[in-house]
Amino acid sequence: MKPPRAPLFLERKTYRRRRLMDAARILPVVGFVLILLPVLWSGGDEGLSTATEALYLFGLWLALVVAAFLLSGPLRKALHPDPDSPPDPATPPRDEDGR
Amino acid sequence: MTLNILVPAALAYVVFLFVIASLAERRAERLRAEGRRPRFLRSPVVYTLSLSVYCTAWTFYGAVGYAARSGLEFATIYLGPTLVFIGWWWILRKLVRIGKAQRVTSIADLVSSRYGKSNAVGVLVTLLAVTATMPYIALQLQSIALSFGAFAQGAPLAPRQLAMWVAAGLAVFTILFGTRNLDANEQHHGVVTAIAVEAVVKLVALLAVGIWVVWGLLDGPSDILARMAAAERPDWAIQPGRWMGLTFLAGVAVLTLPRMFQVLVVENSDERHLATASWAFPLYLFAMSLFVLPIAVAGLTLLPSGMNPDLFVLTLPHALGQNGLAMLAFLGGFSAATSMVIIAAIALATMVSNHIVVPLWLTSRRRAAARGLAPMREAGEMRGLVLNARRLSIAGILALGYVYFAVSGGSRALAAIGLISFAGMAQVLPALVGALYWRGASRVGALAGLVTGALVWLYALFLPSFGPGVLMSASLMVDGPFGLSWLRPHALFGVAGLDPLLHALFWSLSLNAAAFIAGSLVSFPGPIERVQSAQFVNVYDLEAQTEIPGTRGWSRDAAENEAEDLLAMSQQLLGADTAQAFFLAAAKGQGRSGFLPDPTPDFLDRLERELAGSVGAATAHAMIAQIVGGRLVTVEDLMAVASETAQIMEHSAQLEAKSEELARTARQLREANEMLQRLSVQKDSFLSQISHELRTPMTSIRAFSEILMDDEVTPEEITRYAQIIQDESIRLTRLLDDLLDLSVLENGQVNLDIRTARLGDLIERAVMASNSVPPQRPFTIRRQPGGEEIALETDTGRLTQVFINIVTNARKYCDAPEPELRINTRLRAGRVSVDFIDNGSGIPKESQVLIFEKFARLTDTHQAGGAGLGLAICREIMHNLGGDIAYLPGQGGAAFRVSFPARLRKGASKAAR
Repeated sequence: MKPPRAPLFLERKTYRRRRLMDAARILPVVGFVLILLPVLWSGGDEGLSTATEALYLFGLWLALVVAAFLLSGPLRKALHPDPDSPPDPATPPRDEDGR
Repeated sequence: MTLNILVPAALAYVVFLFVIASLAERRAERLRAEGRRPRFLRSPVVYTLSLSVYCTAWTFYGAVGYAARSGLEFATIYLGPTLVFIGWWWILRKLVRIGKAQRVTSIADLVSSRYGKSNAVGVLVTLLAVTATMPYIALQLQSIALSFGAFAQGAPLAPRQLAMWVAAGLAVFTILFGTRNLDANEQHHGVVTAIAVEAVVKLVALLAVGIWVVWGLLDGPSDILARMAAAERPDWAIQPGRWMGLTFLAGVAVLTLPRMFQVLVVENSDERHLATASWAFPLYLFAMSLFVLPIAVAGLTLLPSGMNPDLFVLTLPHALGQNGLAMLAFLGGFSAATSMVIIAAIALATMVSNHIVVPLWLTSRRRAAARGLAPMREAGEMRGLVLNARRLSIAGILALGYVYFAVSGGSRALAAIGLISFAGMAQVLPALVGALYWRGASRVGALAGLVTGALVWLYALFLPSFGPGVLMSASLMVDGPFGLSWLRPHALFGVAGLDPLLHALFWSLSLNAAAFIAGSLVSFPGPIERVQSAQFVNVYDLEAQTEIPGTRGWSRDAAENEAEDLLAMSQQLLGADTAQAFFLAAAKGQGRSGFLPDPTPDFLDRLERELAGSVGAATAHAMIAQIVGGRLVTVEDLMAVASETAQIMEHSAQLEAKSEELARTARQLREANEMLQRLSVQKDSFLSQISHELRTPMTSIRAFSEILMDDEVTPEEITRYAQIIQDESIRLTRLLDDLLDLSVLENGQVNLDIRTARLGDLIERAVMASNSVPPQRPFTIRRQPGGEEIALETDTGRLTQVFINIVTNARKYCDAPEPELRINTRLRAGRVSVDFIDNGSGIPKESQVLIFEKFARLTDTHQAGGAGLGLAICREIMHNLGGDIAYLPGQGGAAFRVSFPARLRKGASKAAR
């Protein structure tokens, strides 16, 4: 059974929403990379002190919370899009073989 | 402060929770009776706060101890969940959507439902969850016992006894609130509200202690940072492996821990709450972690060494005489521990009753029925069984937690115990991720992965956690079983020197994932499994069209009399009122009166989902199958649906092609019709035109011939009038000649007079002949002398006639102030084309198709002097010469292209066209 094809191009509003979803997906990846940074710092003997690392870590934490807060409002609306808008190609329909 | 104050305070706190929970429960019930939804009880704030059940006594006490021992590493336990929540668009959103669509009751239910509603998978996950939660509950009991002990030196109660009393008390509270009803969605308003209140209590308590430490005890943040630098020790350095591994593990745990799944998915009432929780829960974790390091530093520098760092939160205010704050901290820790135990016990009890007790009971009943004993039919009997099973399970789970505490000695660091639980539940991850994203994940793979992962975890982490000599002999730990050193629990396959937790995590998860993938690749899933895989992986597509064919688990109608059995069974489970209301609504939906709807596949599916909300998908499926057995969907059914869909799509494609063809034909017909109408109008206008053309000369001929008949006409006048009559006759004759010519040409009866000539000569002749045409004004003609050297073999007379016509037209109609005509010639592949391009305003687009029609004239004025036959004759001539004449748009003026073969062969003329 062939899935219905998603539209190739989108109007401005839908396009914005798609990019917002992209941002929401990228945020945790960026966060993970930044959280792993202290691992690199503390490698050598002249590694940063725990106090500096703590300041960095908690600052980063707060920044992630703020970023998630900014994204959450528009994403909440995207959870239940207008019924007449095209289906969500963020998760393209796949057949049983995963094609 | 002594136990005489602490015990009543703890009891009072429990009573307070009790009141909150009952108030919330009662309010929810009243609202439901009024047909409204409990809005505040189900607000995003309460949802986020209930998620804080992640922060247990481990966080409240253990995090400070962890920070004192290992520095910043404690933060990984909260950074992992932070990443999962800010990345909610990836996994949490899908998890919650599926949980709601499938009415999932627990994580075991979710996994078992995905893998073909297999109870084996459910049992496996349940057992794993019970085992993995044991250390976690023991951790809570240990922390409560420790906190009591911290206040009361020389206490009358030993920690073990105290822990036992706490366990018993929590069991009673949980049973009272967690098993009041079998809510269809497994939601517990009272408990969730109580947990939300506990979340506030523990946050306030920890923040209070933290603020007091930073600004009351010490001199603000800069002092803390200075002391932190002073207290720095080698253990605090970040270990890359553990840092990454623990962040990952904590992120996994927040998805797979039974209690987290309970509050995150099962108790979720609105998907949009996730959007709020995505930032609010990380913020909560941030706030809980903010003062951990300051408290640890203060404890290390201000308290005498040798005190248990796990209790700094409590001992700091206690030792420094802040009794009120110490009491608040005690209550905060108490609430953190109780909230975890309550939710974990409820979640596990649901799993145990749905996946172990009820299936066992169903089997025994089937056996009893086979032996001829009458099946039990009292309404509510099954409800009672399920509820009692849950109550017993709660008691059993707390008892197991106590046993772990008692056996392991209750003296280890809190964080180390908690991580064992995390690693155990992480074994569900491969099956869970496969369930959400991989259509090919199968039951065999899930079973293989879970068994492998669980065994490795038990062997490498859980059993050794009791300490050498308790459950595993010391020699086994050091030398491996039977002296096989490559099987040592802490150095599997010779990987020695790794941190034991990381070692167990690495081997259990990688072997688990390998077994899961391999099992899925080689096995072939059953029909239910394939239906479920589509429902899970494509959950976003399915919601748009609720009924996609081929996504049901039932294929054929059940027999009519089976509807009654179904009603009887549902009453046992849902209660008489709910079940009857459901059946009544279904019957009404089918347009039937009474309580018994037709047991269509659709109805069976909905009923199964309704029951699944109470007893889990696997059990609900088994119960319905017991009654209407043999009507399960088969592979053939799935294939039939698929080919049906393919056929429909093919048909619709064919229809589309046909309708396109029809549209094309209709367009052609419309164009033809328009053409005919235009021609008809032209004919009419021609008739009037030709009458006029014929009449004008005829009138003058008649008038002058009448004058001539008069007697009094002088000879000069006779000559003049005769001259006029002759001129007019010539005009008439010319007109009639044209008409005759055209008719001859159109019928292809013309005799062509084929001669050889040079193209340049023909053009020269045409230009000369057109010189006499009025108005006599300067007219430039640009030619290409070189290009005109083309030898022709054709009817040169007719061709010249065409050229003359075109050049004359250009002279007549070119409206430029300095008229000019370019004549370009070209020979290509035996065909000559001659372009006549003037610099006038050209012919408007809508008239371009008309100019070659007979009697067409762009201007109605008489100035042209012809009858509008010129270009029509030209076209007919060119057709007879095997060529064509066409208007050439876009040349900056009127442009005509005459094209024809340089050598006219017989048969290439119009007759052959």
